[in-house]
Amino acid sequence: MSYLTLSAYEISQKVKSGELKAVEMVEAALAQIKAVDGVQGQLDYQQTDPAQDNKVHAFISITEDIAREHAAEVDRKVAADEDPGLLAGVPLSVKDIFCVEKTYSTAASRMLSNFVPPYTATAVERLTEAGALVVGKTNLDEFTYGSSSESSAFQPCPYNPWNPLHATGGSSGGSAAAVAAGETPLSLGTDTGGSIRQPAAFCGVVGLKPTYGRVSRDGLIAFGSSLDCPGPLARDVRDAALMLQAMAGNDPKDSTSSLVEPVDYLAALQQDVRGLRIGLSPDYDHIAYPDTETGEISYQSIQKEVSQAVFDAAEALAKAGAEIVENVPMPNSRFGIPTYFVISRVEAASNLHRFDGVKYGFRTDQPFEDLNELYRLSRAQGFGTQPKLRILMGMYVSAAAHAANYYQRALKVRAMIRKDLTDAFDPRGAYRIDTLLTPTTPTTSFKRKEVFGNSVLMQYSDQMTVCANHAGMPALTIPGGLDPAGLPIGLQFIANDFREDLLFRAGRGYELSTADASWRQVKPLVLREQEVNK
Amino acid sequence: MTPEKITPELFDKLVELAQFALDPSEKEYLRQELNHQLAAVKELSEIPLDPDINATTHGIEVQGAEPRPDVWVPFALPEAIIALAPESEDNLVAVPDVASARKAVA
Repeated sequence: MSYLTLSAYEISQKVKSGELKAVEMVEAALAQIKAVDGVQGQLDYQQTDPAQDNKVHAFISITEDIAREHAAEVDRKVAADEDPGLLAGVPLSVKDIFCVEKTYSTAASRMLSNFVPPYTATAVERLTEAGALVVGKTNLDEFTYGSSSESSAFQPCPYNPWNPLHATGGSSGGSAAAVAAGETPLSLGTDTGGSIRQPAAFCGVVGLKPTYGRVSRDGLIAFGSSLDCPGPLARDVRDAALMLQAMAGNDPKDSTSSLVEPVDYLAALQQDVRGLRIGLSPDYDHIAYPDTETGEISYQSIQKEVSQAVFDAAEALAKAGAEIVENVPMPNSRFGIPTYFVISRVEAASNLHRFDGVKYGFRTDQPFEDLNELYRLSRAQGFGTQPKLRILMGMYVSAAAHAANYYQRALKVRAMIRKDLTDAFDPRGAYRIDTLLTPTTPTTSFKRKEVFGNSVLMQYSDQMTVCANHAGMPALTIPGGLDPAGLPIGLQFIANDFREDLLFRAGRGYELSTADASWRQVKPLVLREQEVNK
Repeated sequence: MTPEKITPELFDKLVELAQFALDPSEKEYLRQELNHQLAAVKELSEIPLDPDINATTHGIEVQGAEPRPDVWVPFALPEAIIALAPESEDNLVAVPDVASARKAVA
């Protein structure tokens, strides 16, 4: 029995029964990290070792002491016949955007490279209370600002385990890579415009953006406060449901966390897809892309294999008993990215004003004349390019002279995007769907350095994911095949508020109906090479 | 309608407000990308808005958004917060003397 083939669910069952020890799981995770991860992300990195080209680089820091301490406690509970929790003995990685006591919590930024918070994020606390073992903090785009994880100040950035020349996606790229490369069966990420789902799709794993407010944001270093959602990345749908179960629920420390009680997500998996109404929308088979000089829009088809995978999935689900509803209109989905460019930047700018070289984090080591110069030097040297760009854009579009044209309009368009979805889910409406099936991304993973630096093109890789963030609704991505280059394709399901149970049901139904598909036997390149080199 | 453009002068004003000290190459890249992003959001100003729709700040109606009672809850370890500051004195965060700096500028 190999650590690499066990799901989180199986690990927890075996640890609870005493068949496996939590301490063994920590050592197995650390051994896998040692085998495939290579050097961890670091400031001012200069690569000299070509062997690093084939590594994953998912992590910024490894927290083996914390993991071993927690594992010993889980094993003690099992021995004492106490409940060790839902995630007993399951190694977990945490995106380095969450505050975790006694760990560097860097947001992949020089600005927070020395920051060790005196408290732990609620989501992490709940997962560890459920028996999960935090083995490390994963790399990401700086402050989560990006869709490839390349903007991290901690290099090397994560490489895609399916092909290390390709991007993991982002911003939870380290988390997706850690799960795909077998380093941890679960990872905690965040999703503001697609930052769990896009990297999960690029790396061939499952990723869930829960309903806004389903999981507490307490202790999450904020990007877009009205959009940010912590959520699971996992190897399969059941593991994602298990992880959500452990961390969902109201938190008095986050006033936007919901009072709606979580349902039993694992129980939802017992239901098959018969009777489920699954929608397809013609508005999700292309992207509307602007000319960056004139703003004129042109329409581009999404990658044909991605499009085909969606239709194949619909067919498989129909065979399993779901009802497919075609031509569900989502006319405002094309405005998702322009709206996001405005709202997310305004919120990012607001959240980043607190970093000033005075209260915590980076302070310039250059001499300064006064407080203003201290601010200017610390912010210029502490922030990388992407945070600066977001601050400047956010300030411009929310300035009194421009807000009516940009920010105020964006808030209304956001409501129109949500209305497209609520109309489709309306049980008395024309479509009455339970979930909308779409591609997760317009293409499979692009090569590293190919898009990085073009902030508009990079943002458009989130066009399929961003509307669920605007609407606040939950969305799940699951692997749906491989393209001819052997890169994973992601399928996305979107559901109404707090209906994560329907997403899990649809996703699990697809997994079961394609369990024998040949592409499921193919492993990521780094794992194939690991087997060969054994 | 052509997209708005951020001129070098306007850009410098934004940079000053954002409290950044930037080198020339970074300034040029950031201004170019800002203008590209403004081109990408141009269509927002042209979308016919549904008059029956109100602006939303969260998408979902936030379930727990009732203002909490404004009750002071002290953090258990204030010294741990102060210890994060690059400079502190007598258990307080220290900053350069703003008043004398202003006088010096004047």
